[in-house]
Amino acid sequence: MINLKVNGIDRSFSGDPDMPLLWYVRDILRLTGTKFGCGMALCGACTVHKNGDAIRSCVTPMSAVANSEIRTIEDLGANGLHPLQEAWMQINVPQCGYCQSGQIMQAVSLLKTTPHPTDQQIDDAMAGNICRCGTYQRIRHAIKMAGEKTV
Amino acid sequence: MNQIENVSRRRFLKGVFGTGALILSVRYIPPLWAQSQSTDGQTEADRATLHPNVFVGIQQDGTIYIVAHRSEMGTVIRTSLPLVVADELDADWKRVKIDQAIGDKRYGDQNTDGSQSVRRFYNTMRECGAAARWMLIQAAAQQWNVPASDCSTELHAVVHKATGKRAGYGELAPEAARLTVPQKEQLQLKQPSEWRYIGKGMTSVDLEQLCTGKAMYGMDAHMDGMVYASIEHPPVYGGKIKSLDDQEALKVAGVHQTISIDPFKPPAAFQPLGGVAVIADNTWAAFQGRKKLKIAWDNGPNESYDSVEYKKELQDTAHKPGRLIRSVGDAEKAFPTANVVEADYYVPLLSHVPMEPMVALAEFKDGKVTAWAPTQNPQAVQAIVSSELGIAKEDVICHVTLLGGGFGRKSKPDYVAEAAVLSKKLGRPVKVVWTREDDVKFDYYNAVAAMYMKAAVDAKGKPTAWLQRSVFPPITSIFDVNAVYGDPPHLAQGWTDLPYDLPSIRIENGPAPAHVRIGWLRSVANIYHAFAVQCFTDELAHRANRDPVEYLLDLIGPPRTLDFANVNYPNYGADYKTYPWETGRLRSVIQMVADKSGWAKKKTGKGHGFGFAAHRSFLTYVATVVEVEVTDDGEITIPRVDTALDAGVVVNPEAVRAQFEGAVVFGTSVVRTGEITAKNGVIQQSNFNDYPVARINEVPAQTNVYITESSAPPAGVGEPGVPPFVAAFCNAIFAATGKRVRDLPLSSNSLFA
Repeated sequence: MINLKVNGIDRSFSGDPDMPLLWYVRDILRLTGTKFGCGMALCGACTVHKNGDAIRSCVTPMSAVANSEIRTIEDLGANGLHPLQEAWMQINVPQCGYCQSGQIMQAVSLLKTTPHPTDQQIDDAMAGNICRCGTYQRIRHAIKMAGEKTV
Repeated sequence: MNQIENVSRRRFLKGVFGTGALILSVRYIPPLWAQSQSTDGQTEADRATLHPNVFVGIQQDGTIYIVAHRSEMGTVIRTSLPLVVADELDADWKRVKIDQAIGDKRYGDQNTDGSQSVRRFYNTMRECGAAARWMLIQAAAQQWNVPASDCSTELHAVVHKATGKRAGYGELAPEAARLTVPQKEQLQLKQPSEWRYIGKGMTSVDLEQLCTGKAMYGMDAHMDGMVYASIEHPPVYGGKIKSLDDQEALKVAGVHQTISIDPFKPPAAFQPLGGVAVIADNTWAAFQGRKKLKIAWDNGPNESYDSVEYKKELQDTAHKPGRLIRSVGDAEKAFPTANVVEADYYVPLLSHVPMEPMVALAEFKDGKVTAWAPTQNPQAVQAIVSSELGIAKEDVICHVTLLGGGFGRKSKPDYVAEAAVLSKKLGRPVKVVWTREDDVKFDYYNAVAAMYMKAAVDAKGKPTAWLQRSVFPPITSIFDVNAVYGDPPHLAQGWTDLPYDLPSIRIENGPAPAHVRIGWLRSVANIYHAFAVQCFTDELAHRANRDPVEYLLDLIGPPRTLDFANVNYPNYGADYKTYPWETGRLRSVIQMVADKSGWAKKKTGKGHGFGFAAHRSFLTYVATVVEVEVTDDGEITIPRVDTALDAGVVVNPEAVRAQFEGAVVFGTSVVRTGEITAKNGVIQQSNFNDYPVARINEVPAQTNVYITESSAPPAGVGEPGVPPFVAAFCNAIFAATGKRVRDLPLSSNSLFA
């Protein structure tokens, strides 16, 4: 039995401990904001937070999240939008939107350690998150805008 | 509120507008995203009090439902087309709700492909809005006993200025619903100066959901009692199962069973590829079970396909006389032998890799199928599910979810057919989930293409004779196993329509058999055609020591309408009188981007250069300047891109800018790393590690988009940004390094790898 917290709620899981967190979150908890894109930690669409740090849930087995606190996109704006979500809307970042949960969760963890990132710091932190529609210019802009808001 | 309302008697523009159904009552359906349709295929608009056509419904509370019949994959079309209706209706956008249509021929074409949603439906949407507005005005005029011509509309209300009378749309809806729907000729459309939304635009109606994880994609669809399926497809196109051992797969926890799917009967079209499906409790268990399958395959004739050999064959064919597509001037005479410049250009197979892999949920029940799918073409879903299951098209209800990217891949509904076939065999809802590896290996690839370019030039370096010959396996090969020549619609994509004013032009195409499924990918044949034409032109400009922009303008010649009499030029399916090929418009965007980018002052130095290209595709004219920097160890960065476009009337400028920003990112992937290869018939790439796409640190740091103010009919915006960017990027690399990119991508080009 694996015990963990997801978005503040206590959960326990008794299935295959090798099952990636992604599929537990999506298929079992039905929190579908976290996306499947590659299954190999190559695209970042599945990014969630484990104890506050961005991780790729598609390669994180359930055994590795025992007694952890997991946070998904659903919780980020649960009590009012996060400044990054507001910036995302203001800059009109999304096109198809499929990667954006992962982009936002990654950006949240960037701003936590680096509230005013440079272009280079943004590139370094966000290079693991693919957007096939090509919204990168706006992602960069929105991260900077949210960073400025949190002065 | 159970208003009984018969709208079936109304006739308005038969076909697109015909409702067909007898709408009897208004029912409350919870506003679950926009997919509020019940299984009878009715929309909220259908059930509304006033329902003048299939796209509009107005309720007594003033809520206006507008049907979005095209698929949303990031272009904001679900917003932009309804916005056109709302404009002509003078509707308050805040009181508009969007209904996503199911697949249904009553809406007309729903294939969200070819950058044609706005241009094909712009007039229809305006007329739909105007018709509703006309009826509301008539109803108010009757009620007030004044001439309708004295009434007008303000936001969401009819007003009679002389008396100051005013009535909201909701309160007028019941009376208006008793009127006959006007004929098209009775409608008066707004003047552009009266537009409320067109040209100003509106953000996506889905924006907040897209930023909060609440948006519903095909991957997120759910039905009670559903099972998950992951399918092992034949590794070689056209292969079949020889033997199957699923014993180990069945031992995986959560796996229920395996089901074999029959191979397709050629031509493949949109049929399932065949293979073995593993059925399980959840996606992960299905994936795990698949890994334990032991399958022996009969690979069939495509086992001999080797992309290295194939490239040589294409280039050999490109060097031989081909089928004449178009000739200008004295092209029948022997090609001059003096001052001849030749070049071979090559673009490999490309994969779409939308962020959401193929996925579909379907339930077969009581002889009918209900599907939830991220599809660009729900009517194609109806057609293929109908033929695979032997049921009527009308018995296939295809709900369209949001698409996590499409780029043309999701116009081909093989994956939806798989879900329907499996559900019929299992008797319960089935969700088919492709892995990224499935997506990369079993795509409908953009054609691999070889282009042979040849020019004879005069003393000033200007061509006196021009020959271009392209060879690529055609998309038509998925519908006709014998198809080897380029079909007119795809040859017309930047090949047949070379816009140059030269004394002798010869345009040819050679044969190429397909060994994989070939399909539409964002910009399609324009990618390789524009690459060859615009880079070869740049070669000639440099050879002549001329400024590439001036040289290009010289080749294009004076403003004129290109004459395609006696040439098979489909013009993207658009009427040529409405959408002529005007060189003046191409010249204008060239001049616009040259000005905006400061082209004349741009100084190329070692490791720093600017490239230029211009191209018309999907009826839109685009010119692009790319700046590159190349380090001593060959690392290429793109500090800036400037792109100017003329797409006629632009409904939603912000959305258009986003499309062109995205196009340069898409093009960056094409140039840097886009390449699918095959050995022994098996695709060698599998995921983003070996089929990389551009990341945030590899794309242009800044993309500036300039939109031409135009009153010409609206044209495409999703695709036209890619082709000129690809060529301009390669031309910039030449300017910076002196190395000419003729083979894409850079990652496997010996000059750069």
